[in-house]
Amino acid sequence: MDGVHDMGGRQGFGRVRYSFNATAFHAPWEVRANSLYALAVRAGIFNMDEYRHAIERMEPRHYLSASYYERSLTSLLTLCVEKGVVPREELERRAGGTVPLAGPSAPGRSNAPARERFHAGDRVRVKMDYVPGHIRMPGYIRGKTGVVVSESPAYPFPDAHAHGVPAQDEPTYDVRFRSEDLWPNSSDPALVHVGVFQSYLERVR
Amino acid sequence: MNTAPMDISEQKFALRPTATVEQRLDAIQAALDERGLDASQGVAEISHLAQEEWIPQNGARVVAKAWADPEFRQRLLADGRSAVAELGLSMPKHHRHLVVLENTPKVQNVICCTLCSCTAFTIIGLPPDWYKDLEYRARIVRESRTVLKEMGLDLPADVEIRVWDTTADTRYMVLPEQPPHTVGWPQEKLAAIVTRDAMIGVARL
Repeated sequence: MDGVHDMGGRQGFGRVRYSFNATAFHAPWEVRANSLYALAVRAGIFNMDEYRHAIERMEPRHYLSASYYERSLTSLLTLCVEKGVVPREELERRAGGTVPLAGPSAPGRSNAPARERFHAGDRVRVKMDYVPGHIRMPGYIRGKTGVVVSESPAYPFPDAHAHGVPAQDEPTYDVRFRSEDLWPNSSDPALVHVGVFQSYLERVR
Repeated sequence: MNTAPMDISEQKFALRPTATVEQRLDAIQAALDERGLDASQGVAEISHLAQEEWIPQNGARVVAKAWADPEFRQRLLADGRSAVAELGLSMPKHHRHLVVLENTPKVQNVICCTLCSCTAFTIIGLPPDWYKDLEYRARIVRESRTVLKEMGLDLPADVEIRVWDTTADTRYMVLPEQPPHTVGWPQEKLAAIVTRDAMIGVARL
């Protein structure tokens, strides 16, 4: 889905609020939120793709205003309700107020029917895919051409894995793009490497 | 003017406040505990790992050994996951591949995750706040040189920047250049100068 989570290349943001050796956590509840979602993954309540997708499905205003760990927590709450582990009414009763959840999920998809094996040096194009569900293709590479640098071991296909759709694991390719190709005349020169699932790619002949 | 108290049917539609994040977290933790997940115990265990075990000192040991031991360096660059296991360091099952990115005088690697905030957290530590902020996620892929300069890393014009967007479950860490004056130091002393920010690639040593 083309959600607000897909931040790469968005303009208008100011300076990174950087401090040397900044901490990961700023409050005890953040440590707890991080642990609780990880525990739910360990317990098999949901997988990492479902977890990421439930964050992406947050209402855009909520997503943008929430802290990182509030997004984690919202995903945990949403998936526990959706999977029937805890009813929303019980959560709201226990919490003493409303509990905002992410929006509903759209259908996922399985692997592309024809997938090609690529090798280092191959020129590839990212397909012009538009899907309503989970996808790990940042919008800034859609339709763009790059060069394969290497292949990673096969992973669960996120577009299926986030939706309970059966699919084969498939390799991802480290594809190198030039920033000038991604944002012509509107970027600092650099090479941008992205891990791209095989189903998202086609060969440039 | 109607001054009668609200009856029950009207109360149902009265706006309830949103529960605070801590109330929401308490609610789900208690609900999971009650269902026999032993959430409180699990949270204690994972919180310990997150704060005491998944720390940048792990990655620092890897970097120090790579500087001191050329054969280890080759193994690390060829297969990061197996090489870090030699030091007793493990990664979650779903991180199937660790790619170690070697900086040189003419190449600066920098890692990010534009879609969420993925990192090799068991090796380089959980990501700092700024890594997860919208500003870094939006800008580092498109304005890398400008952003690095704002963060205090003013690279010479002839240094090529390579940005790595963690969009799959392959994980990355940067192998910084060894400062020349430290050649010959014992590994413990070398590890002490390696920072998490250098392993993300926003700083040089």
